[in-house]
Amino acid sequence: MDRDFNPSQVVKDPSDSFKVLGTRPVRHDGVDKVTGRAVYGNDVKLPGLLHGKILRSPHAHARIKSIDTSKAEKAEGVLAVTTSADFPELADKIANLGEGPVNLAHLLANCLAGDKVLYRGHAVAAVAARSAFEAEAALKLIDVEYEVLPSVTWVLDAMKEDAPLLHYDVFTDEMGKKSAKPSNVSTHLHFEHGDVDAAFEDCDLVIEREFKTASVHQGYIEPHVSTAHWNEDGHVTVWTSTQGSFTARQQTAELLQVPISSVTVVPTEIGGGFGGKISVYLEPVVAMLSKKSRRPVKIHMTRQEVFEGTGPTPGSFMRCKVGVKGDKIHAADAWLAYDAGAFPGGMIGPGCMCVFSCYDIPHARVDGYDVCANKPKTQAYRAPGATQAAFAMESVVDEIALKLDIDPIEFRLRNAAKEGTKRVDGPVYPRVGFIETLDAAKGHDHYQTELGESTNGRLRGRGIASGFWFNIGLKSSATVHVNSDGTVQLLEGSTDIGGTRTSVAMQLAETLGIEATDVSPQVADTDSVGYTDITGGSRVTFATGMAAHEAGNDLIRQMKDRAAMVWDCDATAVEFEDGTFRHNGSSMSFAELCGKLQETGGLLTARATVDPQGSTNGFGTHLVDVEVDPETGKVQVLRYTAIQDAGKAVHPSYVEGQMQGGSVQGIGWALSEEYLFQEDGTMANPTMLDYRMPTALDVPMIDTVIVEVPNPSHPYGVRGVGETPIVPPPAAIANAVSHAIGVRLTELPMSPPRVFEQISKNGS
Amino acid sequence: MAKKIHVTTTINGESVELLCEARQSLLEVLRDVVGLTGSKEGCNNGNCGACSVLLDGVPVDSCLVLGVEAEGAEITTVEGIAGDHLHPLQDCFLEGAALQCGICTPGFLVSAKALLDHNPNPSEEEIRFELSGNMCRCTGYDKIVRSVQAAAEALRSE
Repeated sequence: MDRDFNPSQVVKDPSDSFKVLGTRPVRHDGVDKVTGRAVYGNDVKLPGLLHGKILRSPHAHARIKSIDTSKAEKAEGVLAVTTSADFPELADKIANLGEGPVNLAHLLANCLAGDKVLYRGHAVAAVAARSAFEAEAALKLIDVEYEVLPSVTWVLDAMKEDAPLLHYDVFTDEMGKKSAKPSNVSTHLHFEHGDVDAAFEDCDLVIEREFKTASVHQGYIEPHVSTAHWNEDGHVTVWTSTQGSFTARQQTAELLQVPISSVTVVPTEIGGGFGGKISVYLEPVVAMLSKKSRRPVKIHMTRQEVFEGTGPTPGSFMRCKVGVKGDKIHAADAWLAYDAGAFPGGMIGPGCMCVFSCYDIPHARVDGYDVCANKPKTQAYRAPGATQAAFAMESVVDEIALKLDIDPIEFRLRNAAKEGTKRVDGPVYPRVGFIETLDAAKGHDHYQTELGESTNGRLRGRGIASGFWFNIGLKSSATVHVNSDGTVQLLEGSTDIGGTRTSVAMQLAETLGIEATDVSPQVADTDSVGYTDITGGSRVTFATGMAAHEAGNDLIRQMKDRAAMVWDCDATAVEFEDGTFRHNGSSMSFAELCGKLQETGGLLTARATVDPQGSTNGFGTHLVDVEVDPETGKVQVLRYTAIQDAGKAVHPSYVEGQMQGGSVQGIGWALSEEYLFQEDGTMANPTMLDYRMPTALDVPMIDTVIVEVPNPSHPYGVRGVGETPIVPPPAAIANAVSHAIGVRLTELPMSPPRVFEQISKNGS
Repeated sequence: MAKKIHVTTTINGESVELLCEARQSLLEVLRDVVGLTGSKEGCNNGNCGACSVLLDGVPVDSCLVLGVEAEGAEITTVEGIAGDHLHPLQDCFLEGAALQCGICTPGFLVSAKALLDHNPNPSEEEIRFELSGNMCRCTGYDKIVRSVQAAAEALRSE
């Protein structure tokens, strides 16, 4: 079949001569996923499997005076009940889980509450029974005595002196100094370069605006699900839906205080994560239930538990001030407050680093606050912290371009970050592709086509915004076993959420000079492959791909030794290029030499572990046309184009998929998604009907342009692509809606009531 | 435990006899009693469509149907879409990269099959409307819609 699935464009680097990279093979795990055979977390079946359920707090904030589980323990079908009292005392132990320090006492208290519940839906106790029905019935028999406390969910309220205090052991860290009194504000970050106050004095035009965003959920379709078996020999096996099997293993081992070697994590297929499936919720709980019942135990969350007990992303309040001299941004100042949810350590750090990251600004300052509030502990959500910050900055930049009467793309081009630009938090960019995305946007048919008038009284507007995400490195491992017929097995530790088995396998195939279909990739458990950090940070195709490339190079080195045996020459005299080994006019293909491995010492295994440092710097620019119904305030997206520098798009279809999926998540964040909190701190809309994620009917096709500006720190020029696409949409849509109705919108989501209120208040 | 009920039904063309509790949903019966785990639970209240199956040719959220309602009915799940070869929808989803994490894919395939069974040449708008009961958080729907269009074309030329 030869069909045009991909009308999108790829702007290739002229020096590109890859054979496998840039093609679009069918993914290796594809057939299992279109036939229902793929095994996800909830599909795990074990002999004697018990089903667990979790009792959750009905209050947003309360002291737990007592928990009586005795009746539940005796209930029909129940084999175990657990609370945090069953877990070892962790005091304030800090562990490095691969991405910075984590307070283990907080982590445990998030899995099962200690002396306080800090949000509605906070887990308090868990039951394992023969059936889920029996487990659920037993929850009602657990008596918990609460002393209800006042609660706070909005970040600015939580920062007030007299706000309800969540923790007595959290003090404000002011650049290394601790506050005298405990506070909901756990951290105040500050970055500055230049002389910001003096620079604003010099500006011709200064615009300052305030912005608010609601908490949104990552919205993966698969609820959290984990199964564990605690064997009589002390070994714990956990089958779980996770973005990081090694971090899940370490968190589980630390919370249970057992050796890491006693825990095996078997990652199942994972039904979406977007950052929300990194921290453990269920793994230690099912392990404890298994220990107590001596049977394997599974817990699968309900959708309400997912909304009330996991995620979300921070709600935020932001002030953003930008000054220009002529057509150049001369000074910028941002004040960002992000809620962290129930425990400190939210997404404020990357928010601060990203807010001005698209521009070359000589004088800049950012203050950021991490604030505890009575919501679930916030978790990463695709470019965590960056989307809110871009909403603020890109809205102000749009307003400035409008005031200066400069085309918004042209204004961005004149101020764009490029090689040598210093970000506000210090790093200086190497070669980056931001300008290329702006050029592609400017010349795109979308931008060149007139917006046109609506024929039905609706108001049209066009918006543009750009975004940045770091794309991290971290550690990845790959193991390659070669077969005698020239095919290879690839074992990797990165759980595959979006087709990365294939994008990693393609890089190995490129290295070995074979076809992508000659590689059989598997995501291995924590006993079967080297340490690998999470699937997150847009890092898998970049870093695990690099590990596969390195393992491929290791294999080629070993195979040169074998070729030297065959040809009776020195291994250094054997050359390898395009899948062929050569020496003195003789040649053997990769497959031919594989056929001689058994007779020259046996088949080979190669491996590599990589730890690339720094970030690979992904930039994107989005264009959007909207239509606003002045009667209802409803915003319809008419046309959407996402443009991004991918470095090298290994599998362009899946790069486009990341761009399209991220854009639509951003559209949801912009227009319809929000946690609606009631006075008592409970979420009013914990269902997918009332928490409105976009459906197919809510969005148009998402056109894409992949720009390829090779990343100097990857052997094939690859940059991470997963996260950048969610960063521009809320700002781009806000700019479009603002142009349509003639009023600047500064609050997310731009839901019909909010937009309608602005239209009614301001006329249009 | 409540007494179980005997149900005779047809699943993916095979006649099946099973025992289930009156309170068990069709989704639970398919997954836990029959062992067909291709249908997924995303919300268990009819919003996400990951559990979509055909009940006598009509797409339903199997989490909102009781298992006992399968009595005498014909049920098609994702496991029953392919014949000797993959269904053109399955081929097109693979070629068109219409899945990322894949958890919603079974439901989309079932709903798309229901659509193409009664409308062999749907417009983009009709595809988006008919699939609006199925949520996907990964793809942004673009490649799903294109893959359904491509499958419709393939089926028309068969």
